[in-house]
Amino acid sequence: MVKTLARITAAGLVALAASTALAAPMSLKIAFVDPLSGGGASTGEAGLKTFQFMADQLNAKNTDLKLEVTGYDNKLNPQESLVQLQKAIDSGARIVVQGNGSSVGAALIDFVGKYNDRNPGKEILYLNYAAVDPALTNAKCNYWHFRFDANSDIKMAALTNYIKGKPEIKKVYLINQDYSHGQAVRAAARAMLKEKRPDIQIVGDEVAPLQKVNDFSPYIAKIKASGADTVITGNWAQDMALLLKAAGDAGLQANFYTYYGGGSGGPTAIKQANLPDRVFQISEGYANIDYKPAHDFEAAFRAKTGQEITYARIVNLMNVLSKATLTAKSTDPKAIAKAMDAIHNDTLYGKDSFIRPDDHQIFQPIYISRFGPVDTAKVMDSENTGWGWTGAGEIAAQDTLLPTTCKMDRPS
Amino acid sequence: MLELVIISTLNGVLYGMLLFLMASGLTLIFSMMGVLNFAHASFYMLGAFFGYQISKFTGFWVGLVVAPVVVGGIGALVERYGLRNVHRHGHVPELLFTFGLAYVIEEVVQMVWGKLPVDYRVPGALDFPAFTVFGTNYPAYKLFMLAISVAIFIALLVALTRTRVGLIIQAALTHPNMVAMLGHDVPKVFMLVFGVGTGLAAVAGVIAGPALVTQANMAGLLGPILFVVVVVGGLGSLTGAFAASLLIGLVQTFAISLDVSVASVLQSLGIDAAPSGGVLGDLWNVTIAQIGPIIPYLLLVLVLIARPTGLLGNREA
Repeated sequence: MVKTLARITAAGLVALAASTALAAPMSLKIAFVDPLSGGGASTGEAGLKTFQFMADQLNAKNTDLKLEVTGYDNKLNPQESLVQLQKAIDSGARIVVQGNGSSVGAALIDFVGKYNDRNPGKEILYLNYAAVDPALTNAKCNYWHFRFDANSDIKMAALTNYIKGKPEIKKVYLINQDYSHGQAVRAAARAMLKEKRPDIQIVGDEVAPLQKVNDFSPYIAKIKASGADTVITGNWAQDMALLLKAAGDAGLQANFYTYYGGGSGGPTAIKQANLPDRVFQISEGYANIDYKPAHDFEAAFRAKTGQEITYARIVNLMNVLSKATLTAKSTDPKAIAKAMDAIHNDTLYGKDSFIRPDDHQIFQPIYISRFGPVDTAKVMDSENTGWGWTGAGEIAAQDTLLPTTCKMDRPS
Repeated sequence: MLELVIISTLNGVLYGMLLFLMASGLTLIFSMMGVLNFAHASFYMLGAFFGYQISKFTGFWVGLVVAPVVVGGIGALVERYGLRNVHRHGHVPELLFTFGLAYVIEEVVQMVWGKLPVDYRVPGALDFPAFTVFGTNYPAYKLFMLAISVAIFIALLVALTRTRVGLIIQAALTHPNMVAMLGHDVPKVFMLVFGVGTGLAAVAGVIAGPALVTQANMAGLLGPILFVVVVVGGLGSLTGAFAASLLIGLVQTFAISLDVSVASVLQSLGIDAAPSGGVLGDLWNVTIAQIGPIIPYLLLVLVLIARPTGLLGNREA
């Protein structure tokens, strides 16, 4: 009698446990390791807000998966990043997201690779949303790293494909920051322009120290003297803003093709420099792409966070992560990585994007947009300037496929 | 060639004057008072943000007058209730005090105005190209900066060397006890100088804010170059700081326009001995343009080695 009762109770408990397990949502802790203080703080904060907004959205949509994003301040320092990552792992995070600085990215890839070798069964996954050094998916590639931003070679491939159809571009000036990213941009620009538009003359190839220049007038004087009609630059933050201001002051009549013209503070600087329709951006999206769901999403995002979407790729990353986790029906990073390996997913702008299994690089349509006065009643402006990004060109994902040298070790 | 020389000279002079504008307050505090004020660039930043805030309500010109007065007042209070207490313990506590203050100011600015750049505009009355040389425009605003710099230089020079107040300030620096014995209120003199110094930093902030980027980390980006100006010019010398600003402005501007490297010089002499790779290859091929912005710091090191008093200074750094 007692035995039977015990059995029934036990069975009941098991059933109860099983049912609660079914009801309780899976939970996934995501560690955001990026600068939240110092010079990179504004960029880091914009990223963190986007991640948290996405987590809220997805949690409301899928009741059986709970995403939780926590910010860890790495002060833009590779060493500090590893300390913070360890802290995050200790508090239960198995997914790390990072974007600012390819040097940090390289350190994280290295750490994650070693950690996963030494701790089988406790793997962690590194999702990179903005570190664009091509090496991270080539020489340094790793199975546990996925990149959701087009790397700088892919962006240059897209830009040069666009330039192919613009015969009015004849003389190009390259100006970049003197560190790995700037050097990668200038090398790619030289190689790809030579291949696709051998008639284009590269009239200048300049590198300036990273975030140390207060006055770009001498550089603008050189650009002007060279007779360039187009400037290509990977500059960001202050180096971008001051370059444009100096150009505006001197009355330089050239177009600027930029990687980060749309970064925080960029639109304000372009408006101040008064360069209407002269600054272009190569990116995975912009606010005024003609696609209703993206418009609604952008509007909701602006209303909630008080900033605009500068990281459409974070939206894509979170959607892919959520999709892969739900497909795998597990929060184990190993299962997620497997589900993500060759995943297809629609971007925020309703186009197909996919991860290439060979190097875990995402491919998606790349847009060239231009910044100028817009009718704010009809389309969205940026940073309350009354100017906004409008389309200049779109390059299909297929046209940005670059070969990779990655030889990936896959877990059995 | 002539075009390059003229444009580089113009750009160099304009940049040099911007440097002097920003360094003038520091010269006053650092080289006249002997206080190593790490928070100087923070007062400059405060000036820019106050100027921006005031300009939103009343326009740029009111900001140009009011912001420096407010910041100068804050500076005087900082001296009176902070710096004066640590001053008697010597230079290291002073330095640590201003070091901490710089962080406090930066955090406060971030809390009030956020981390993104604010839209601080050049006033409409000065927003036009003043003249054009070889197809390059020179905005009226830059000439305005130049005029203000020169005016500040002359005013300070006259005040320090031709007025009684200037005499007392100079005497109070070297012989504070003697000056106090003669019946002057030395602490009050220091408070005044510190207030004027920070006020000048704010003038620079209000004026440079629209020309550069007004954001919460602008202090950190500017800091080091100002110390270079003051040290190269020579401690205790206003004329030295003026000359050093011009020198650095010109050197940096000309350096950027020179695409010359060791390899290219040797090549033009018919020697093709450049190593192609490795560290040596990098050194061989780096152009003067590439190292241009680093030259002022190199100059700082060389000046400290060869002439510790600076170009026109009379005290050792």
